[in-house]
Amino acid sequence: MSIAMSEEKPPVGIKLTEQQLRARRARSIAIAVSLGVLVVLFYIVTLVKGPGVLERP
Amino acid sequence: MSVTVARIEPRVEPSIAGVGDYIGLMKPRVMSLVVFTALVGLLIAPGHVHPVIGLTALICIAVGAGAAGALNMWYDADIDARMARTAARPIPAGRVARGEALAFGLTLAGFSVAVLGLLVNVLAAVLLAATIAFYVVIYTMWLKRTTPQNIVIGGAAGALPPMIGWAAATGTLSIEPVLLFLIIFFWTPPHFWALALYRTDDYARAGVPMLPVVAGDKETRRQILLYTLLLAPLGIAPWFMGYAGASYGLTASAAGAIMIALALRVRAETRGHVASKQMFAFSILYLFLLFAMLLVDWMSKSSFGDALGRFAA
Repeated sequence: MSIAMSEEKPPVGIKLTEQQLRARRARSIAIAVSLGVLVVLFYIVTLVKGPGVLERP
Repeated sequence: MSVTVARIEPRVEPSIAGVGDYIGLMKPRVMSLVVFTALVGLLIAPGHVHPVIGLTALICIAVGAGAAGALNMWYDADIDARMARTAARPIPAGRVARGEALAFGLTLAGFSVAVLGLLVNVLAAVLLAATIAFYVVIYTMWLKRTTPQNIVIGGAAGALPPMIGWAAATGTLSIEPVLLFLIIFFWTPPHFWALALYRTDDYARAGVPMLPVVAGDKETRRQILLYTLLLAPLGIAPWFMGYAGASYGLTASAAGAIMIALALRVRAETRGHVASKQMFAFSILYLFLLFAMLLVDWMSKSSFGDALGRFAA
């Protein structure tokens, strides 16, 4: 069996523009902050509720 | 046998959506009203809710409302693109892909309901899930494009937040949050129809069967008056049922009288949309006033009010 590749060079991947890079970085930071807030929220609520945190009213 | 490997072009451009675009997907102005009404429901509920638990509930309700907004924009991108009022939203403006909005909305919906259920209580989480589902599936996907009663029935989604707040505080429901639900439910038609009266062309172009598009101006003006006549006594109901004090009762009576006067002006208006614009603007103030006065009433009765009084003295 032979595989004939097209003559064009294989894609080297997507080259992001400056604007796309900036937007992606901002989104990544926002996701990190959101997850951080979620972790802190669970931590504080656990302190507030104590062992009761496992009870589901 | 030979196999030709074709070059695969990327079909979707990498996103240029910024954080602001995602915040825009969450409809922050709608969210602020949702949070405010939920806060009132949470605070006026009997008993004491720990501030951290209360804040957690409000964050979850806000995020849940944002999720519903994002899912609405995902589904309604075609309509939004045809309406002047919504053409600059992130999806029709080309800054956010529809798939991104869908993923964003589903993620927020899942997290908000799960966290509310885990950290606050299951009833509040069930109500939040029902609110999101009702807004997205019943209102956005079904009613909005099929019936002029879309915002009447769909208004239930916007009316649920005070009930979620109450449920978050107490783990139960009673007649008081149902009354708050009814106030927002009957407030929604005159509010949106007043807007629709002077945006009729926009809705007609987008193919949304709002009442003025389907039944005409005259019938819409008549129904605005009918719903306002139902709304005004409902607004006073928390007072004469003994759930709120005289300051609330007087404010609700005066604001209700203004709403009826404006609805009568809208009914009488034959040319232009001055009265309907005034009605739309005042209806926002009306709802804000009622819920703010419930909060003032609660503060005057609660230990929070005592503490504030001591601080002022």
